[in-house]
Order: sequence, then structure tokens, then C-alpha cells
Amino acid sequence: MTQPYIRFDKVTKAYGDFTVVEDLYLDIAKGEFVSLLGPSGSGKTTLLMMLAGFEPPTRGAVIVDEKRIDQLPPHRRNMGVVFQSYALFPHMTVAANVAFPLEMRGVPKADRKQLVDRALDMVQLGAMADRKPSQLSGGQQQRVALARALVFEPAVVLMDEPLGALDKQLREQMQLDIRDLHKRLGLTIIFVTHDQSEALTMSDRIAVFNKGRIEQIGTPNEIYDHPTTRFVADFIGETNLLDGTIETSDASGLTLSLPGGKRIRVAAGSNEAAGKTVTVSLRPEKIRLGADAGPSSSSGNSIPATILDSVYHGDHLRMVLDAEGTRLIAKADRRFGDLQPGSKAVASFDPADCWLVRS
Amino acid sequence: MSMLRVLKIVFAVAAMTFLLAPLVAILPLAFTSSVFLNYPVPSYSTRWFAELFTADVWRRAIINSLVIGLGVTVLATVLGTLAALGLRERRLPFSGVLRTAFLLPMVVPAVVLGVGMQLLFVRMGLANSYLGVIFAHTVIAVPFVFVNVAAALQGVDTRVERAAASLGASPITTFRRVTLPLAIPGIVSGAVFAFATSLDEVVLTLFVAGPNQRTLARQMFSTIRENISPAIASAAFLFIVGTILAALVVALVRWKSAQRRMA
Repeated sequence: MTQPYIRFDKVTKAYGDFTVVEDLYLDIAKGEFVSLLGPSGSGKTTLLMMLAGFEPPTRGAVIVDEKRIDQLPPHRRNMGVVFQSYALFPHMTVAANVAFPLEMRGVPKADRKQLVDRALDMVQLGAMADRKPSQLSGGQQQRVALARALVFEPAVVLMDEPLGALDKQLREQMQLDIRDLHKRLGLTIIFVTHDQSEALTMSDRIAVFNKGRIEQIGTPNEIYDHPTTRFVADFIGETNLLDGTIETSDASGLTLSLPGGKRIRVAAGSNEAAGKTVTVSLRPEKIRLGADAGPSSSSGNSIPATILDSVYHGDHLRMVLDAEGTRLIAKADRRFGDLQPGSKAVASFDPADCWLVRS
Repeated sequence: MSMLRVLKIVFAVAAMTFLLAPLVAILPLAFTSSVFLNYPVPSYSTRWFAELFTADVWRRAIINSLVIGLGVTVLATVLGTLAALGLRERRLPFSGVLRTAFLLPMVVPAVVLGVGMQLLFVRMGLANSYLGVIFAHTVIAVPFVFVNVAAALQGVDTRVERAAASLGASPITTFRRVTLPLAIPGIVSGAVFAFATSLDEVVLTLFVAGPNQRTLARQMFSTIRENISPAIASAAFLFIVGTILAALVVALVRWKSAQRRMA
């Protein structure tokens, strides 16, 4: 990464005995889109509020553009904040809402109008300038909030679950809009969400939070395909977590014995010692179902399985399998629609798709 | 029509009668031509209103009531609003105790307050002065402002204020541009209540006011004991009209602010 633009240096936030964020380091580059992802109460919003200036850190430093800002009041931080509740000024028109930050910065009236118009056009709300927030739909209100947070070209844009209150279709549209704005304007965006698919589709990098710590930080690809911990594997997408004991370990990986007695090959962890218990993450879409082991079975794993449940999801079937005592979830192609619960199949998967995670 | 429904209507009418009968009883007497405050009314005239506005004692009482009422309105509104704003800070220690303290004058008997104030004001040189009466009325008017403003502030989303701060507004600007406009209906209601409280306050006035600070309510009180004049009924009529106007102001402000948010 290039010169970090934002840096959290060993930041702790505690309320009395209760620690919300603990000894946290995080570097963010200029122009980066970073999602803070985690369950509620994991500290992600607290981190955002420390950056915005609403919560002072108990210990540690928050640095933006090489300056310590943790003692600076919110109104002197030049950050655009988009709240989940939109937080528009109910007594002002849409245009007055968007003009507010410009007014605070002493932008002359004539320029203000032009900038407001441009910002509202950017979120396709030019026609709504004279309305009151209560006359707009949720999605429109959120777009006003977005225009208001962007109109003064802030150094950083902070978004606290901005799409949480919108319905699915609108949420997906807004995700694309925000991503598009990020690319077009080269914004630095910190985006708090508990929705993993939102984080995966929008971010340059994702920081997965758990109990006040960052469990893992990386690109969406890294986080999804190579989760380092059990928590991350489980929180991001659906996964099968298989606990097993290492039987042998060699240069190409290891052989694992599952509790049911079945052995599988894992193309990772070649430096792990035999006899140790490890956890493997295997994504449901990496499991192939077939009447037999299939052509690529020689190098892979295949386990005879009984189908316990099959749920139609439109583009795929979600199947629950009993693979010789191991419960597996698989995403199967729709052509397996005639496989009813109780029928037999073979589940195969590549050793390379088995990923070792820490507990 | 069910039995319950009939009972409800009967009860409602009874309650309304109970509340409004004294008003209805006094109002016609305001327009009597007789010199006695009793029925039947021989003929109707406005002579007692003329008396109110020309007789020195009554004119003076009306002016006193207005001067003291306005003073109380300003003082109580400022103090009550500040108290409500201060107690909004959740992390304030003893905020529960303070909240109760601000509401105490509502429940403490006025006689008790009056005795205390008289003793205190004599020592402070405030006895028999306008300032003394204004202070005394303010004490019992503040809770009304406090309650109204606190309720209005409760409706102000703190996240909206945070948004203002994040957009570059200093705490003072945030207050002026966001908090105050959103709380103004509560402040106006509080101010109207403060004025009304001062207007009809008698007990404290008896204790702390001198002959020069006779308010309209105080004047009515002594008139009814000394010479029962229909001027009392006329004054009562003014009171009722004034109260209805005040209620209309409150309703108008609430309606307007609701309108402003909607359209």
C-alpha cells in the first residue's frame, strides 16, 4: 500500500470496564473504499464515530494526512458523514440541506447554488430541490444525505450503514451508485455494514470486525476465498467448517481424518504436524454432486452422501448432505432437482478448495 | 345505540358541564347594567368594561399584570429553556434529581412558597417591588417552560445535530440553525404557559406584592371580598378571551411547524 492517508494507531475505546475497540491498527490509503464489516456490537461503528469526532478514543492516535486529529471537534474535521437514519434537517428544503455545508464554509451564495444543483443532479434529484425531506421516499432521502456529504468535497466520506433502511432492490441500486461515485470522484470512503454481500460487492478492502478487533483485513477476494479464521469464514458467506485430525503431512498438503472416519486431502498447511486438530473451510459452491465420483476424482476428494434436504433457490439448489457422518451444505445445479431427500449421490471437491482456518 | 355508548355520552356531557358551568355562569354578568354581581341581569351594557379601562385601580391592575406577565414570560422562558437544554446531556450526574428539582414548584403548595419568599424578599430588599413579583411568578412558571421545551427537545434527533457538526457547524451554529428551529414550538408553548401562569397567580402575589404591584387577579380577589362589583365578571371575561387567544397561538405554532416539516 502507498502512504497511508488515514491511520488508527493502537486505538482503544472503553466505556468504564467495557472495551468496545481494543488496540486497533488500521491504515487506509487515499482513494480507497474500505468496508468495516462485522456483527452489531463488534466496534465498527465506534471506530467510524472516532474518525468523525463524535467519540474520543480512550487511548491511541487517529491520524489523517499526517496530522493527529483525535482531539479535533467534529466540525473541524472536514469529513462527510452519511448516517443510517439519513439525519436530514427536517425544517429545511432539500436544496438548503445540501447548501448547509457550503454555507458553513463561507462559499458565496452564487457559487453555492451552482454546486448544490450539480450535487443534486449527481444523485438524480435535481427536480426535488424545493421539497422538504418528509416529502421524499427513503431512497431519495438517502441520496440527499449523500449529496450533502459530498458537495463540499470532503477529505473522507464516512458511511454508517447508509443502506440499512432501504429495501433490497433500492439497496442494490444505491450500492452501484455509490461505487460509481467513488470511482468517478476518487473518494476515500469508509463504509460500515453488517451485510457481507454489500461489503463484498463494493469494497477495495474489507476489515472484518469481531469483539472490538479486526479479525482479518484484505480484498473481497482474499476475505472470501482465504479466510484466516473460523469467524471470518463463517461470517462471510456460507461455508462448511470441517474439524479433523491431521494424519499425514507432506509437501503438497495434508491428509485429514474427519470425525466419521473419512479421510480427505487438503492442499494447504503442509507445515502442520501430524496428530493436530485443525479446521477446514469448504465453500458450498465448491462441492460437486454426481451419480459417481466423476472424471476428476483421482486427485480430489469424493464422499458418498445421502441427501437430507433440498431447497429450491431459483438459480441453484441448496442441499444438505450427510457425507459419511459429516454434515455438508452444497450449492447444486438445478439439474439435480430430481434428487429428493433420501437419495444417494457422491460429493466431490478439490483439495485446493479446502482452506485451513484458525479457531 | 348500546348502553355503554349512552353512558359514555352522559359522562362526557357531565364532565364538560362540570368544567364549563362556572365560566358560563359568570360570563353574562360581565355585560350587566346592574351594580350588583347577581342574577337576574336587568339589561345588558358594557359599562363595567368601561369601568375596567377608566377606573384607576383596574387600569393599573391590568397594566401591572401585563408588565409582570411579560417579565415572567421572558425570564421563565430563558431559564426553563436553558434548564431543558442542560438536562438533555445524558451523562450529567444527578440529572434525575435536577429534573425533579425543576418540577418541584409545580407540586409545592403556593402558600409554602409564598411564606418563604416573603421572608427572603424582605431580607433581599425585593419585597413590594415589581422585580420581587416577577421572580416569585417565575419560580412557578419555569416548570411549565421546562416541561414543554424538554418534550420538544426529545423530538429533536441528536443524529441530526451530529450531522450538522460533521458538515462544519460549530456547536453554537448547530444550536442556532438546527436545535432551536426544531424546538421552537415547545419554547413558544412554554412561553404562553408562563404568561398564563403569571396572569392568574394570586397566592404568591398576596405574599410578595405591595399595593403598587396589584395585578388583575389580585385586584379581582380583593374586589370580591370588599365590594362585589360586576367589574370582576368583566375582568374574568377578559381573562377567558385572553386564555383562548393564548391557546390559539400555541395551536397555530404547532400547526405551522408541522406544516413546515410536511411541506
